[in-house]
Amino acid sequence: MSTPSQNTGQELQGVSGFVADWSADKESFKVPWGKAMMWIFLLSDTFVFSCFLIGYMVMRLSVSDPWPNASEVFALEIAGHHIPLVLIAIMTFILITSSGTMAMAVNFGYRKDKRKAAILMLVTAVLGLSFVGMQAFEWSKLIEEGVRPWGNPFGAAQFGAVFFMVTGFHGVHVSIGVIYLAIVAIKILKGHYEQSGNYEIVEITGLYWHFVDLVWVFIFALFYLW
Amino acid sequence: MSSEIQTQTEEPMHQEHPISLYLKIWLLLFVLSGLSYAVDYMQIQGALRWTLILFFMFLKAGLIICIFMHMMWERMALICAILLPPLCLLLFIGIMVLESNYTFLSRMLFFTSS
Repeated sequence: MSTPSQNTGQELQGVSGFVADWSADKESFKVPWGKAMMWIFLLSDTFVFSCFLIGYMVMRLSVSDPWPNASEVFALEIAGHHIPLVLIAIMTFILITSSGTMAMAVNFGYRKDKRKAAILMLVTAVLGLSFVGMQAFEWSKLIEEGVRPWGNPFGAAQFGAVFFMVTGFHGVHVSIGVIYLAIVAIKILKGHYEQSGNYEIVEITGLYWHFVDLVWVFIFALFYLW
Repeated sequence: MSSEIQTQTEEPMHQEHPISLYLKIWLLLFVLSGLSYAVDYMQIQGALRWTLILFFMFLKAGLIICIFMHMMWERMALICAILLPPLCLLLFIGIMVLESNYTFLSRMLFFTSS
């Protein structure tokens, strides 16, 4: 902060800060480059998922056959009780829990408490893995009941196409997230970031994981509850 | 990028918040998920159902973005770069609603057997 040109706009907040950050002759985003890149990737991914969900909306609005009742299609018999949508509810709670452990991992990353950060990331990965497992169970159950991308016994044929496409794409994101979390956690435990003392990677991984949870919030509301 | 700039940009980035904040938000997300599941479990139908589902959905999404993804502590330049572009999806949704209503109408007029 020795020369005046270096702290241009840094102290300004709100709209003045916005103008200063974009007009100054230097970088606009005062965050580590990896974090800015992850945000931009997530923005692009937002559009991908939005296209799926908007496609789903178009089908729902334009089908003339009755849409299958998700509440009944995803119901399970547990100990003789018929509970609607129960597996999806459990999956939702698991994903929220994993988001909580991830947020704590990011917090410990800031404090450079690498052991706790890595362990919480591994817990997050295990929760993510159980989510993928339940999704695999749900897929096989529906396939067994005759749901296909081109038709199903419950109603409108488009139901299967949307279900496999949207939950499949989300499941792939969760699986990639599990691998990503495991790699970063192992690298932290091995002391890969010891020398630089820079644990930003925990926050960047966290952004990705929270985004996966965020997408599920929309899928849960719009596909399963609607 | 020189190391001097690196250390300078890192300075305002340390966001240490008390663990209790995350636990509270976590609990809140749990309650909100429970409530949106309750909407289905209690078989609430009609306009009330859509209102409640969308309300809980946006509340949960907002909490995740603001607190868990730390968006509310970022600078305005980053917030605008990430949160403004998705607004054009509203236009996309609007166009597709018009289009699918038209498709539905033509299906009812020309393609239903009854």
